[in-house]
Amino acid sequence: MTPDTLTGTAFWLPLISAGIVAIAVAMYVVLDGFDLGIGILFPFFPKEADRDRMMNSVAPFWDGNETWLVLGGNGLFVAFPLAYAIVMPALYVPLIAMLLALVFRGVAFEFRWVAKPHHRKWDIAFAAGSTVAALCQGLMLGGLIDGLRVAQGEFAGGPFDWLTPFSVMCGLGLVVGYALIGACWIVMKTTHDLERKARAFAQPLLIALAAFILLVSVWTPLEYQRVADRWFSMPNLLYLSPLPILTAALVVICWRGVRGTHTTAAFYSAVAVFVLAFVGLAISSYPYLVPWELTLWDTAASPESQKFILIGTAILLPFIIGYTVFVYYTFRGKLREGEGYH
Amino acid sequence: MEPDALPLARLQFAFTIAVHIIFPAFSIGSSAFVATLLVLWRQTGKEHFHRLARFWTKIFAVSFAMGVVSGIPLSYQFGTNWSRFSEVLGNVVGPLIGYEVLTAFFLEATFLGVMLFGWKRVPPWLHVTAAVLVAFGTTISGFWILSANSWMHTPAGHVIREGIVYPVDWWAIVFNPSFPYRFAHMMSAAYLTTSVVVLAVGARYLLAGTYQTEAKTMMRMGLGMVAILAPLQLVLGDLHGLNTLKHQPIKVAAMEGHWEDDGPADLVLFGVPDQKAEKTHAEISIPGAASILLTHSTTGRVPALKDVPPDQRPPVANVFYAFRIMVGIGLLLILLGAVGAYLWWRGRVFDTRWYLRFAGHAWPLGFIAILAGWVTTETGRQPWVAHGILRTADALSPVSAATVATSLIAFAVTYFTVFSIGVYYIRKLIRHGPKGSAVEPPKQEHGLGNRPLANAQETTREARSTGPAA
Repeated sequence: MTPDTLTGTAFWLPLISAGIVAIAVAMYVVLDGFDLGIGILFPFFPKEADRDRMMNSVAPFWDGNETWLVLGGNGLFVAFPLAYAIVMPALYVPLIAMLLALVFRGVAFEFRWVAKPHHRKWDIAFAAGSTVAALCQGLMLGGLIDGLRVAQGEFAGGPFDWLTPFSVMCGLGLVVGYALIGACWIVMKTTHDLERKARAFAQPLLIALAAFILLVSVWTPLEYQRVADRWFSMPNLLYLSPLPILTAALVVICWRGVRGTHTTAAFYSAVAVFVLAFVGLAISSYPYLVPWELTLWDTAASPESQKFILIGTAILLPFIIGYTVFVYYTFRGKLREGEGYH
Repeated sequence: MEPDALPLARLQFAFTIAVHIIFPAFSIGSSAFVATLLVLWRQTGKEHFHRLARFWTKIFAVSFAMGVVSGIPLSYQFGTNWSRFSEVLGNVVGPLIGYEVLTAFFLEATFLGVMLFGWKRVPPWLHVTAAVLVAFGTTISGFWILSANSWMHTPAGHVIREGIVYPVDWWAIVFNPSFPYRFAHMMSAAYLTTSVVVLAVGARYLLAGTYQTEAKTMMRMGLGMVAILAPLQLVLGDLHGLNTLKHQPIKVAAMEGHWEDDGPADLVLFGVPDQKAEKTHAEISIPGAASILLTHSTTGRVPALKDVPPDQRPPVANVFYAFRIMVGIGLLLILLGAVGAYLWWRGRVFDTRWYLRFAGHAWPLGFIAILAGWVTTETGRQPWVAHGILRTADALSPVSAATVATSLIAFAVTYFTVFSIGVYYIRKLIRHGPKGSAVEPPKQEHGLGNRPLANAQETTREARSTGPAA
């Protein structure tokens, strides 16, 4: 099905649903990004007191953050069940590995405190779980862009199709990216030595992330002709060129924020870089939900199902965002002494 | 679809969901308990309610985290291992799970942050509200998931076109025939299970001679709930059973181990069902009692397994035994509640040591009953994953047996390790007891309890362990 042949709700409904799923995934990447980033950075902050504070800085938020993953995956299930049924088996190995890594990462938040002073194994679980989860998310992203083999409406490939140099690069890039926003979060929420050390780490991470974004931006059009056509044909080139320009500007702002004394600029600009990278990927892959065979219209759920969930989403999502903002506002500013797990 | 992958995929889902259900069942009850304790503290100002709230919050937090992390792989398994389920039933099941995420998961996960860490950042009324919202969220979660699961047992409000299910009437879908009974029965089970744990913890402290005030409060609250909920659960279970008789007769036949419809049915108390021989060996039964129980008549006919061909029968032995385990524990819990209530009425419950020992050991019973009940209902639904619509064997993903075997082993190792450690930590927290309550000493001096030195030392130690350099 191509978009040109559809009109009315048949066209708009799946498009809106896809937009909601995309927002949910983007929210997840940004919010759980800094949680996972903290875990990825754990090995580099060996002092117990530092680790305590790093964990306490995200303690009130991590569970709500991770829930966006459930919304994103579930959103795909609800609105695009055929895509869900194909993509999940295709990405089976990294997906299951990610889920198990998230189990270890999640329980580590609670277990580490109850286990003290024998908490070292949970430090390892937290760090390894976060890193593996981030790596797997990148592998899945790369594997998806590479494309899936589909036959008769089902996944028809092998268990390791997703493993390519491109997907490994995406995995490493995401690990670096999450570590960066994690470092910026620590700068925003902590003080003294911990803040200084986080700033020191953020600088090479930012450079590395910029390099990865550049690499992906060059690699994808070279490897995939349709991506090159999408970005470099006219008039697309005119409309889309603000994206890389804005990204570069944000990288500079983040750099300044990290090196200076401002505490929030680095974090928000790093988040913005992530959002733009995500938008770029969405532009590259639109309208395919199952690259490169099935569009979002091909895989959409019945209109009755989409309407049922979209009405609820339209009412509930503002509330969810509202009380999420409320909780972040409640715990605003620097981490206070004695706050967190105890 | 590789046939060899089927038993592995079934085992993986059964295992992951069985481990999972333990924690939300406890979270539903304990979050409500914490919210109640906080409200009581704010209303009465009595410090032991505050200490109990802090204590049970810690335990709840560990349980909740395990519920969350064990739950996420479940919804993803619909895609990874059961893609045909997603494709055929996604239009109906998808939105129900979607609403669970939108109305329950976000609510409980977000306000959890305030409940656990916002003691000093928000005004007291807001903190209590956060705890109430978390408890409310767990119940809403139960609503949606049981609606989705019940629909799989008693589908309604849909049509089937070209082998795919499409929704027609959402009200009929959400409030499908078995939903009210299953929702009530499960919620009651969750509260009952938690009440037994609270009662057991209280009893243990009384036996040990520690935390007397808190222990008595826990015993009163736990016992009160058990005494009411255990018999209620029997009534709800009976109503649920009658509903199942109407919509899933073969499941009831399996529960009863009833093979042949040859007159009024006996109530089989125990036996050994044999699927191949199509009979139950070594039956110990009450003549005609099943007819009376299920049809309220001595001549009523009860569904029999042989009413349908063998490929439409569930694995009878699993359903048969699991059902008896659940009912057996249910009766035991009624006894626990009744004996306790009697002793309480006579003013002797805190001193009757044999009862305290009985209660102290009873804590796992609710969990075992919940697992047994779920085995009964889910195994009893087989061979269907959605009754009359899709067979479990036809719902599989196109994934090789080797891949599923690998993930099954990975899940088994992870879940077994993580969750048994989690239970160990909860027991550690319980052993540690509701000492001290905060980094700062509480405002009312008499709240420090009857061991001021120990409490002061404890408070200092807690304060130092959360500081920058311990």
